[in-house]
Amino acid sequence: MEEKAVSKFKVSSNPHIRSRVNTSAIMLSVIIALLPATGYGIYNFGLRALLIILISICSTVLTEFLFGLIIKKSTIADLSAVVTGLLLGLNMPVSVPLWMPALGGVFAILVVKCLFGGLGQNFMNPALAARCFLVISFSKYMTDFDCDAYTGATPLAMLKAGENVNIYNMVIGKIPGTIGETSMIAIIIGACFLILLGVIDLKVPGSYIVAFVIFIVIFGGRGFDPAYISAQLAGGGLMLGAFFMATDYVTRPVTPMGQIVFGIFLGVMTGIFRLFGPSAEGVSYSIILGNLLVPLIERFTKPTPFGPGKGGRHE
Amino acid sequence: MSSSNSVTERLFNGLIKENPTFVLTLGMCPTLAVTTKAMNGLGMGLTTLAVLALSNLIISLLRKVIPDRVRIPAFIVIIASFVTILQLLLEAYLPSLNKALGVYIPLIVVNCIILGRAEAYAYSHPPIASLFDGIGMGLGFTVALTAIGAVREILGQGKIFDIGIMPNGYVPIAIFGLAPGAFFVLAFLSALQGFVKLRLAAKGKDVSHFKSGCLEGCASCASAGICKGEPAFYDTSAKENTGDKKEGE
Repeated sequence: MEEKAVSKFKVSSNPHIRSRVNTSAIMLSVIIALLPATGYGIYNFGLRALLIILISICSTVLTEFLFGLIIKKSTIADLSAVVTGLLLGLNMPVSVPLWMPALGGVFAILVVKCLFGGLGQNFMNPALAARCFLVISFSKYMTDFDCDAYTGATPLAMLKAGENVNIYNMVIGKIPGTIGETSMIAIIIGACFLILLGVIDLKVPGSYIVAFVIFIVIFGGRGFDPAYISAQLAGGGLMLGAFFMATDYVTRPVTPMGQIVFGIFLGVMTGIFRLFGPSAEGVSYSIILGNLLVPLIERFTKPTPFGPGKGGRHE
Repeated sequence: MSSSNSVTERLFNGLIKENPTFVLTLGMCPTLAVTTKAMNGLGMGLTTLAVLALSNLIISLLRKVIPDRVRIPAFIVIIASFVTILQLLLEAYLPSLNKALGVYIPLIVVNCIILGRAEAYAYSHPPIASLFDGIGMGLGFTVALTAIGAVREILGQGKIFDIGIMPNGYVPIAIFGLAPGAFFVLAFLSALQGFVKLRLAAKGKDVSHFKSGCLEGCASCASAGICKGEPAFYDTSAKENTGDKKEGE
């Protein structure tokens, strides 16, 4: 009886009331939200897409598990490695050799996350850093979108070459690209789910997309051409990046104002990469570049506490 | 002469204890830039070794003649002379290596390892010890650059010293030939040597010869602001005082 009473009243330091929302719940909701895009990717590109995603997830989880063995601390249960693996798989073309997602997974977890101190300490989005690692290392494979279902250039490459594209196919997702990025609709469904759950809000993706559109209108050379703008929005990894990778809790600013600045920076950088860079796509580089600026952004957007003293600063 | 100035101690100091690349992290510019291949690393290391040994020797010989106030310009003149001689020799006898190393050969003049050793060691120590200090540091630099170059060449090109060693299906990881790869490999190798030293210390091996080896004391040390007088973490002679507590935790 007495023991029971003791176990009921935990003696601990504050906070005493804790939210039920924990890391694994958030990660699980992100995984669920990615399922439409994943499902469409598998439907679109065939079972090989599923294989690549599974290899990627196995690689990230296994790396996290093995690193956990070394440092004697298991972090598998927070599901963050699964999210990283899933995002990495969705960021790869379907035709890559099968060892490539495995290598990317090891890089994402070991180099970008674990060596910097694990979840919460990584300065860069692991999945995107691994994608950039692979794009730089194996650009031939990572930008080869020819597969059984499609041959030819991606819509963004066609836009860059000044050709016309079929907007309807782009919104649905019947276009070449990486596994998870093609279907705007599937990504938006997942994003709505996350927004309704309150896992993400619109500050980062909203300012990202708005800034990108404004940049495209000013510098795109086509003025306010709705077809061109929607093609730029639906093509490439912008949607997947804006809703699922720029919103990563660890690598976005924590301050509300900072999140908007962050989003605007990403939009402008993506526009610069897409319009003036040598390649057609620039979402991943923009986001990891933005990740590096997060400490600086946070420093300049620190909210002043209400009340105390002149200038609102604690002394 | 104290034991810390003996020939073998100086060589060991440069190679392991105060390895200029992995421990002192000096001379990062050539380290990161030229190590795309093992051969380039070796060439750069040996060239630096020659300059380092000779300039250390001459500076040590002249240390009583050089006025204190103009010692840095004097060092630079001596170092620059040797670099010029070596560059002309390389151009004459090893033109391909000279081309591969490019501007980094003349830049040896401003390599901080060389000026650092002149200032920290040769200017205040006798010639023979200074010569071997230069050779030891140069060897440490050579080994480090060759190791980084070898790893980058194996991963980035599938070769080592231009001999293919990887199986046919191997796809080179191009990033290791680029700047980011240099940082990755440098970080991993530095971590590895620190890990090995830490392991040896944990096993109770005598690693007193690994300790950070601050020769001059904190007053003249450029890193004093960083280490705040606390010895390096694998310095076991200091751990004897505080380390026991940590063992019990």
